[in-house]
Amino acid sequence: MTFINYASREINCKIVYYGPGLCGKTTNLQHIFESTAPQSRGKLISLATETDRTLFFDFMPLELGTVRGFKTRFHLYTVPGQVFYDASRKLILKGVDGVVFVADSQEERMDANVESLYNLEENLQTQGYDLMKLPYVLQLNKRDLPNIIPAEEIAAELRRKEEPVVEAVAANGAGVFDTLKAVAKQVLTELRKG
Amino acid sequence: MADTPLLLRERQYHQIKAVLARLRLDSDAKLVFLVDKDGQEIASSGELGSIDTTSLASLAAGNVAATGGMAQLIGEKEFPTLSHEGERESIHISVIGRLLLIVVFDERSSLGLVKLRSRQVSQQLAAMVDEISKEEFSDEDSAFGEITDEDIDSLFQ
Repeated sequence: MTFINYASREINCKIVYYGPGLCGKTTNLQHIFESTAPQSRGKLISLATETDRTLFFDFMPLELGTVRGFKTRFHLYTVPGQVFYDASRKLILKGVDGVVFVADSQEERMDANVESLYNLEENLQTQGYDLMKLPYVLQLNKRDLPNIIPAEEIAAELRRKEEPVVEAVAANGAGVFDTLKAVAKQVLTELRKG
Repeated sequence: MADTPLLLRERQYHQIKAVLARLRLDSDAKLVFLVDKDGQEIASSGELGSIDTTSLASLAAGNVAATGGMAQLIGEKEFPTLSHEGERESIHISVIGRLLLIVVFDERSSLGLVKLRSRQVSQQLAAMVDEISKEEFSDEDSAFGEITDEDIDSLFQ
């Protein structure tokens, strides 16, 4: 839920990165963290297992700049992608303003993408949200790997509305900021409409 | 669609800060802050020092969300308070509706005192936030309606 603090002149929004296990959600945040000047971001908090699989969430606050005298701060979260962490995913979605679905472009992960997207829709519904009305971007990650499905095919399967589709290689940063920009624009546009 | 925004006017912010400052004094705490259950920091009072309150707010909200999930699994609605005792510093969290009241204290205070004082201000804070949650966009918020595509694009240059 967008929080506007008139005293500190801040707009705070929450964006959640969703997707199946090992699709690149945490990698997106890590790249944003490493590429952003320290004064424009906070710490990257990662609650992870010993093998660096996200256990609960990753979190990073990001300050994009000032709009009409208000600092715009985005709180970026990732959910744990492994199937059995569904209870945690539900909790992280609470108060969401925008969602990025990170799809794994590899052929053998297509079923996992579909299952995760269905899970996203279900969990959003449980929280009272409708994906069709929420700021949303579809990222097709791992476009550098050899065994990938053509982007048009994945998009045809996963696209839910006319959401922006961004091809990415989060491991080297390609498409990461384009994705973030696309979802942030939608969130701020919604605020303007409000 | 996403929820309607939560609007905190200056007057309300200063009222909340005054309550938190009073609580901090009455409970001999180091730091008191108010956080939305979504992890958004609303206001704070006390010895911030080098504490990263943004991260602390997010983690506290995650903590409460996780334990709330556990509570529901055993038939409880939620756990209204959570306490974490460290060697020198401790944290007490009170759930007040959609807010979390977080008190950081050390040997200058005690859990009992913090719990008592937190309970005493919880109704007052709940009423304040109830007022905040009913705020809607008004004429003074026209600036948001005037945000242009160029304004948004300039954030990414």
